[in-house]
Amino acid sequence: MTTSLASHDIAEMIRGATSEVFQTMLNLSLESLPSHEEPDLPEPFDGVVSMVGIGGTWIGTGRISSPPELACKLAEAMLLTPCSAINAEVLDASAEIANMIIGNVKTMLEEKLGPLALSVPTVIFGRNYRTHCSGMDNWTVVPFRTEGMKMDISFCLKPARSAVYSHANHRLETVHSF
Amino acid sequence: MSLDVLIVDDSAAIRKILHRVLMQAEVPLGKVHEANDGMEALEKLKGEKVGLILSDINMPNMDGIELLGKLKADAALKSVPILMVTTEGSHARVMQALELGANGYVRKPFTAEQIKEKLTGIL
Repeated sequence: MTTSLASHDIAEMIRGATSEVFQTMLNLSLESLPSHEEPDLPEPFDGVVSMVGIGGTWIGTGRISSPPELACKLAEAMLLTPCSAINAEVLDASAEIANMIIGNVKTMLEEKLGPLALSVPTVIFGRNYRTHCSGMDNWTVVPFRTEGMKMDISFCLKPARSAVYSHANHRLETVHSF
Repeated sequence: MSLDVLIVDDSAAIRKILHRVLMQAEVPLGKVHEANDGMEALEKLKGEKVGLILSDINMPNMDGIELLGKLKADAALKSVPILMVTTEGSHARVMQALELGANGYVRKPFTAEQIKEKLTGIL
């Protein structure tokens, strides 16, 4: 099992998982933009944020941020029904899209990190709010453009404290590089 | 003879998509029942007889693996074909489901054709 993961590796996993979901479930074209890293506490945001947690020997969060108009477009594409405003169906579709994308990133990560667990998705919709994940201080952000709008998929991952102790006991050095 | 189906998934969006795929598939579809999780599925199965179950794995209250174990331990339900449709890609979890008696497995995201192909093999 590896003890380090580079940000560009995570970005590639996000691109692969997102592309597959857009091709199979949404039938929408998708343009991937250059990825970057950013600290926790992103700028205040208006729109829909869907988050899924990762647990196990590594812990983290995957987060999808999109404007409300795009969340509606994605729900329309997924459910094949008109969605003109944010409602329970749109939020549920947003949750499931996050579940599939982050879940498939998790599956790719398991090849390097061993078994991981996935939380149920949380979806937030509002204006002028920030999200914060405790202990997560360095995010890999992959922007995408689809339907003429931009969405960000961000991921933060670090070894669980118990895993660091366990590695230390076995005189293994854990390198955490993003 | 029509085929009644139970779809078990905590996502209403996925239940809706699977319902649509079933209507397009070449199966003599009867009633389609839905449940949010394994617990609700077992409740529904007390009053309804189904010929096929499509179930997610990762769900609150009772996950798909526990549901599968309970179905296979029930003499009245153990022969109902079960297709797992899930984001769970962990080899160990998939093998666990198949060893417990799941008849097939489709990973999300899926195409309608993948579901239809599996159904053809199961039914």
